[in-house]
Amino acid sequence: MSLLEVRDLDARHGLLQAVRQVSLDVEAGETLALVGANGAGKTTLLRTIAGAHRPSAGRVVFDGRDVTRLSPHERVRLGIALVPEGRRLFPELTVEENLRVAAAAGRAGRWTVEEVLETFPLLAPLRRKVAKSLSGGEQQATAIARALLTNPRLLLLDEVSLGLAPIAVDGVYAALQPLFESDATIVLVEQDLGRALSVATRVVCMLEGRLVLTGAAAELSREQVTDAYFGLAKA
Amino acid sequence: MNWANAVLHGILLGGLYALLATGLSLMFGVMRIINLAHGSLALLGAYMAFLLVEHAHISTYLALLPVLPGALVVGYVLQRTLLERSLRAGELVPLLTTFGLLIVIANLLEYFFSPDVHSLDSGRIGGASWRISSHFTLPWFDALILGVAVVVLGGLQLLLRRTQIGRELRATAADPDTAELLGVDARRVYATATAIAVATAALAGVFYAMRSAFDPFAGPTQLIYAFEAVVIGGLGSLWGTLLGGIVLGVAQTVSAQIDVQYFALGGHLVFLAVLILRTALQAGGLRVLPRGASA
Repeated sequence: MSLLEVRDLDARHGLLQAVRQVSLDVEAGETLALVGANGAGKTTLLRTIAGAHRPSAGRVVFDGRDVTRLSPHERVRLGIALVPEGRRLFPELTVEENLRVAAAAGRAGRWTVEEVLETFPLLAPLRRKVAKSLSGGEQQATAIARALLTNPRLLLLDEVSLGLAPIAVDGVYAALQPLFESDATIVLVEQDLGRALSVATRVVCMLEGRLVLTGAAAELSREQVTDAYFGLAKA
Repeated sequence: MNWANAVLHGILLGGLYALLATGLSLMFGVMRIINLAHGSLALLGAYMAFLLVEHAHISTYLALLPVLPGALVVGYVLQRTLLERSLRAGELVPLLTTFGLLIVIANLLEYFFSPDVHSLDSGRIGGASWRISSHFTLPWFDALILGVAVVVLGGLQLLLRRTQIGRELRATAADPDTAELLGVDARRVYATATAIAVATAALAGVFYAMRSAFDPFAGPTQLIYAFEAVVIGGLGSLWGTLLGGIVLGVAQTVSAQIDVQYFALGGHLVFLAVLILRTALQAGGLRVLPRGASA
């Protein structure tokens, strides 16, 4: 049984159908990269899995349990964490307070405040600073650390490199590297194809709300993915 | 009463206004709800205490012991049943809902308690004051209220800064969707905020009813004082609320020194002045007409 099963999922933004009939399995321990052009439905798919967006049809099953009707906080308590696009820190709270909010999930485990500060050493000297005073890279590290503190079984990363300087992106990925290599289950949305292929074990490509390509990262060529990305592949 | 003594009494009176304003400020800060029923909920607390004093023959202070937890429950249930639904319906709906609640509470109180004026016994310290000099008196009861206001505001500040529920409150106030993504049950947090707000309102209402006579329709006046204290002190700052209450109290007692009937007017004028000053200081804040397309 897969850790996450998405079945025939439809999600809309008003009249616009962002996700169409998506079915997807995520196995425990794999790192799945979700790629696709802007507007392909990647963010909506992640948000629907996390419960932040209500699907119009279909099911989300997590660890054998249908969670389609559960609110986001109930899913977090079961072990689904989303690092949202744009980081979404609480601007007036300090770094440490931002991290400690995650205690609401009530999931004890490997990740403690001290543990994440060790994993993201750049945050240690910043723990008493208010989040809005941080640089983009520091904010992204805080957002990831905060999600880890819910001790998730499935971590959803939405465009962690968006709006960051290349050097900051390197920093974020360097900090994530041990996580990718561990037995953590991760779904990440990444615009940078090279980076997606290098960290993922499996790649899924979305086009206009549909899944158009899926395969092991090691077996897919860059050309195959770019063709799917732009809708050039013969289906 | 001389001027300096009027200022002293104003400062003490500020404690009551700050206590009254705390819940209003909290609910606006966390949920952006302007609770028009706030004064009426304060009055409801006063009537509940009145009921206990009349029928159980206990002192008003003792009556607070069941009234305050009761107010917590009322606040929690009010949020889960009424306000939560109206919040989902848009920004204006909570305003209308609480306006309706104001009217319902006033009429229920009138129905059950008659439109007569009542008062609550404030015990031995009620009328007592300390005569510092021939010009200065310090009313004990008002000093007690100010003390309680400082303790309540300080306690709330500690709760918000130092506890998990406090962090969840501040996080949810900033961004409820993201708080949910971290495991925070935003609706439960909202209900907690309303519970605290209604309890502080009930406390203020009981104190108000011990200071002066009250009737079922006194709620809106209390709401206006609370609202003025919040605006003068600045939204979202607890100590600002205390300062706002004190400024309002001093404005009232000093104006009453000129003529007793200017008591409320003086407070309103200071409120208006602060409001105008604040808007004027914000860049372009006083612009009434929308700017042209070139702007």
